[in-house]
Amino acid sequence: MDQVTLAVLVRNEPGVLSRVSGLFTRRGYNIHSLAVGPTEDEKVSRITIVVKEEEKRLEQVIKQLHKLVDVLKITDLTNAERVEREMALIKVHGEKRSEILQIVDIFRAKIVDVSPKEVMVEVTGDTDKVDALIYMLDSYGITEIVRTGKIALARSVKN
Amino acid sequence: MPHTGAEILINGLIELKVEYVFGYPGGAVLPIYDALFNSKLKHILTRHEQGAAHAADGYARTTGKVGVVIATSGPGATNLVTGLANAYMDSVPLVAITGQVQAGLIGKDSFQEADVMGITMPVTKHNYLVKNTNDIRRVLEEAFYIASTGRKGPVLIDITKDALMNLATDNSLNIEIDLPGYRVKTEGHPRQIHLARKLIKESQRPLIYAGGGSQDAALVLRQLAERYEIPVTTTLMGLGVMPSKHPLNLSMLGMHGTPWANNAVQNCDLLIAIGARFDDRVTGDVNKFAPKAKIMHIDIDAAEIGKNVPVDLPIVGDAKAILSELLDSDNLTHKAWLEEIYNFQYHDRKTNIPLQEICKNCSYEGRKNAILPCQKESTLSPQKVLEHVGGVLEDELIVVTDVGQNQMWAAQYLNVNKPHSFITSGGLGTMGYGLPAAIGAQIGRRQERVVLVTGDGSLQMNIQEMATLAGYNLPVKIILLNNGVLGMVRQWQTIFYEGRYSQTCIGSIPDFCLLAKAYAIPSLRVATENDLEPMTQALLADGPYLIEVAIDPDESVWPMVAPGASLCEMFYAQRAITPAWKR
Repeated sequence: MDQVTLAVLVRNEPGVLSRVSGLFTRRGYNIHSLAVGPTEDEKVSRITIVVKEEEKRLEQVIKQLHKLVDVLKITDLTNAERVEREMALIKVHGEKRSEILQIVDIFRAKIVDVSPKEVMVEVTGDTDKVDALIYMLDSYGITEIVRTGKIALARSVKN
Repeated sequence: MPHTGAEILINGLIELKVEYVFGYPGGAVLPIYDALFNSKLKHILTRHEQGAAHAADGYARTTGKVGVVIATSGPGATNLVTGLANAYMDSVPLVAITGQVQAGLIGKDSFQEADVMGITMPVTKHNYLVKNTNDIRRVLEEAFYIASTGRKGPVLIDITKDALMNLATDNSLNIEIDLPGYRVKTEGHPRQIHLARKLIKESQRPLIYAGGGSQDAALVLRQLAERYEIPVTTTLMGLGVMPSKHPLNLSMLGMHGTPWANNAVQNCDLLIAIGARFDDRVTGDVNKFAPKAKIMHIDIDAAEIGKNVPVDLPIVGDAKAILSELLDSDNLTHKAWLEEIYNFQYHDRKTNIPLQEICKNCSYEGRKNAILPCQKESTLSPQKVLEHVGGVLEDELIVVTDVGQNQMWAAQYLNVNKPHSFITSGGLGTMGYGLPAAIGAQIGRRQERVVLVTGDGSLQMNIQEMATLAGYNLPVKIILLNNGVLGMVRQWQTIFYEGRYSQTCIGSIPDFCLLAKAYAIPSLRVATENDLEPMTQALLADGPYLIEVAIDPDESVWPMVAPGASLCEMFYAQRAITPAWKR
């Protein structure tokens, strides 16, 4: 299975996310993550999709996406010079708070909420970093996690 | 003077040169039907929305125009779904217009509300929900453009009742298409064309595999085949692209294809696929499909390239444009290859009897028809009946089929000599498609003779359209092959389920001739050779006619490649056992 990051620019129309996700369901493609939001142009939304598929089928995924009338542009960022980020909020049992704080510090994450029993950690970085922090915090007892899914932009050409 | 949304819609259809619309009224489309009342647009009222969708589909296939269907919100729209899926699978240009509840009532589970945009998304090329009267005209223009360009397909426009009733505030009626994400590529890439010329020149054993996408390119395809002496096999959807009796036409390939076509596929060194999509009913086991061939794939839909079969040379674009460009080289001959195809010794997979033995009395032209009927003396064989129909009507024939054995026999035994003249549900395999599609086909081509080949199972799935047929007095001839069973499923039960005929006997109810009488349609029952003469008269009658042919339930479709088997592994004329209930 190959993993590909696609930046899909779509028209900001009702139902467009449904069209994209419906296509994946209908053709049996696997979405690993999907993040969507507005862009600099109010008529355009940007969807970052991470797809896990065999190489042969990945070409099909892109071609089928192109057929959607509301899809304007697809960029395969997998092999491009790019910046990738994902954000996660992680709720952890707070008994060993000082140890947790140390780990949070190493990862340049932040504590964004504290209660007598739990702390909430906010982390931003590439997917590996988020995975690594979750792995480190796991032994303290994670109660809830939310992840945004990956977003990515190609780097500007530097002269 | 300001117009209502419904008036804008009807005027828009007229401006788009629509002559006929098919539909069924209801609460949410009352404004449309009111605007229609005094317009010059002709409306065909069916008895079910599914019938309207298939009729618009049949009309679109025979005329090349966009078929238009109208239905109301909720159940009206959900009844269109099968028709849309059917048109989508076979790339038929349709525009479906559905009413939706008022914008303010959406999401409140209102009376006759359904999420039509959501439901139809996977079965349309594109769809719209229009809530603003000012958008109606532009959306209609876009829908026609999307439906009729590139790889054609159905587009649905769901319009709220208030948008239909309100007056437009912007009377400029902007019809400028705004589709930045929709691009159609028609010209083939020059480099690919160059490589294609080279491949054709180098090939010793070329074969054209023509699908539904080559219907519009029929003339130039035939010129190409003749100039380079390349044999042609067509899919079910490609029938009519080459005249049936053309010496280069090997007829249909695939599961129920001819031995000659399948053998040619397995032994060619260059397979030129034109507007075809390597469907599983065509390829059998894809890994063993055309094992010796380089594959050239000409298709307007880039996503079809490499979808099912790896392709050596893809050319994305319009088949007609590409084939015209390929037509500029000197003549070629492939005498040895054609000899080999014609003389191929094909052995039945089970009995090892050479097919030539069975077909030895056939001339080359007759070979494709050299498939033995069940030959019980008591009944006429469907094969013989269909050959008789073809003989009587010959060139002016438009064949519409239903789905199942009737469809395969029609494909094998009726000659189709023109493109857009074999109308069948190829991709979705929709039983009940035939009757309404025949209605649409006859309306599209009034001067030609439309024959519907159907079965007792399929016909009953949209039997209510007999009323439409009678009401408009359309001269469709219905050839009802009645075997009292769901023949194709039963055939599979015979072959793959040891004759355990689970739920495939539908018996002798109703009496179809009596039923025809109830619809004021004349009918004829055909059982023996003596009935063929009155049948000729019936076929040439002015109005509609139902011709019921009693056939044996053991009649099967041969030859056959089992699903998932290689095209080499055809088997043939395995006689089915007559089940106890019939004895």
